[in-house]
Amino acid sequence: MDLHVSGQSSVRRRFGWLATYAAGVFAFLYLPIVVLILYSFNREGVGGFPPRHLTLDWYRMLASDGAILDAVVNSLLVALAAVAIALALGLPAALALDRVAFPGKALFRRLVLLPLILPGIITGLSLLMLAVFAGMKLSLLTVIIGHGTALISVGTTEISAGLQKMDRAQEEASLDLGASYWRTFWRVTLPNLRLPLVAAGLLIFTLSMDEIAVSFFLIGRDNTLPLEIWGRLRRGLTPEINAVSTIIFLASVGLILVWYRLRTRS
Amino acid sequence: MSIQNRDTHLTQPQEAPKAPEKAAAGEPLLQIRSVAKSFGPRTVLRDVSLDVAPGEFLTILGESGSGKTTLLRLIAGFERPDTGEIWMGGERLDRLPPHRRQVNTVFQHYALFPHLSVFENVAYGLRAQGVAKAEIAQRVEQALAMVKMSAYAGAAPSKLSGGQQQRVALARALVNRPLLLLLDEPLSALDANLRRQMQWELKMLQREVGITFLFVTHDQDEAMALSDRIALLRAGELEQIAAPREIYNRPSTAYTAQFVGQTNLLRAEVVDGVARWGAFSWPCEGRPGPATFSLRPEHIRLVSPADPDDQQTVRFLATIGQQTFCGDTDLIEISCADGRVLQVRTPSRRILEGQCAFAFSASDAVRLHDAEES
Repeated sequence: MDLHVSGQSSVRRRFGWLATYAAGVFAFLYLPIVVLILYSFNREGVGGFPPRHLTLDWYRMLASDGAILDAVVNSLLVALAAVAIALALGLPAALALDRVAFPGKALFRRLVLLPLILPGIITGLSLLMLAVFAGMKLSLLTVIIGHGTALISVGTTEISAGLQKMDRAQEEASLDLGASYWRTFWRVTLPNLRLPLVAAGLLIFTLSMDEIAVSFFLIGRDNTLPLEIWGRLRRGLTPEINAVSTIIFLASVGLILVWYRLRTRS
Repeated sequence: MSIQNRDTHLTQPQEAPKAPEKAAAGEPLLQIRSVAKSFGPRTVLRDVSLDVAPGEFLTILGESGSGKTTLLRLIAGFERPDTGEIWMGGERLDRLPPHRRQVNTVFQHYALFPHLSVFENVAYGLRAQGVAKAEIAQRVEQALAMVKMSAYAGAAPSKLSGGQQQRVALARALVNRPLLLLLDEPLSALDANLRRQMQWELKMLQREVGITFLFVTHDQDEAMALSDRIALLRAGELEQIAAPREIYNRPSTAYTAQFVGQTNLLRAEVVDGVARWGAFSWPCEGRPGPATFSLRPEHIRLVSPADPDDQQTVRFLATIGQQTFCGDTDLIEISCADGRVLQVRTPSRRILEGQCAFAFSASDAVRLHDAEES
């Protein structure tokens, strides 16, 4: 009995240490974000701690700031286009990796996944050189191409995971019932990939929304939101930026939660 | 109520396929000729030939790894044979893609489409073939009624129990009126009671629709309960093909005798028309030399001294060993005077002890063909 109790308490003590450690790590991760969110409601702006007067003024200023709103629209545009490109190219790549045995497959797999590991600077710089070489003017289009190609790997990995979980007997059943290969793809394979496709889309969207490195090299006159923020930061920290960052943070958390739920469901 | 499938024979060509071999009833529906299949270094099927008669319920029986599922997948078209040919109704089947074959499959884990309702699952094949809408509705309803699933037409497959999914899978295959229905261990995922019930329903259904069933299982009881004929597959080769009673009562090899039911294998010596196994001897025709006999446990019976004998009866005394109660029967291990052990199955009545008199009939000791090799 005594032994049992002391055993339990030692477990509790160890758990206590672990909890303290975990709390420390979480504080390190999230305290800055909490401070940022707090300051976005602080009338005195970034000066003066602790915040004394709460206000929504900075959000009102934000709503009437044309440059920021333009940047938001640009970012949404880039992100949606990047999702379209990455999924349209990632799906065939994932299918090829899952279904077809071809020479150099291992190499192909690594090459497709490489941009995931490659520093954004390298991707951005190389795409910039390509654009210059091809005589393309830098604009949102070059950013879209950059994001799209850099994020194909994300689409491929997500869809590959979905394909691996898929019951192949369903496709055989479809063929067995007289549906052609093409019809089977549209009626069985694709509907089965609905969740991984949506999940991949959400992840690509969020990644594109806050991408800086690749965008930095490829941007023309129209700024994306992260670049706009970064540009303003050079002129000093303003509470308005705290406000827009808070909104981005909340939207990202929302999207990631949706992505995570879809992923566990599939 | 039943799907009218008798008209399917009209779609078969009148001309006979080349080199027809003898089959149970006239022209075989399906002919498998010297089919072999390997996956890499692993040979799964070697030289399998098999005819299936129209309307037959044929079971391919074998332990796991015997190649039975591969054989089914070759017929369905999911795999291609390395060598050999498969013919169905005068048409070379093994060169057609799966969706061009008049063959439907009930998959082991049903493989229902989770994103479609029960109705749409069953309608899937008809839609793919471009059947008119009104006819689709009518045929799907018929098929669902046939498997008693009409009430679930709008349900999602994930909401159904295993047995219900099984029925939907059957309806989805049968609604297309295939010439041949392939069933890949369709009952293996069901619990024992449901399984027995589905076996019975499957048999009734097959008689009702008259479609040829090719059924794969590793369960010999299931095979015997359902089939017109059983094809026993062993390590990629056909061991024996015969009606269930034939294969049980007249197994041709020791493997068959042991796989289909339980048996005692007696390694005897045949001399001058008499088989000798230890102290036992019984009249036996055929080639002299070593021979293996199969003697089913239920063919050895308890006798009393008063029981009449004939020339065929082999009497002996033995000591009762382990006695296992199996409900309707007892399985008893007995030791003969020379120490040889036999399994005996008797109607279960009482616990036996000491020495008892047993007898079997010489005609029940079946001489096996592979005796000379073993």
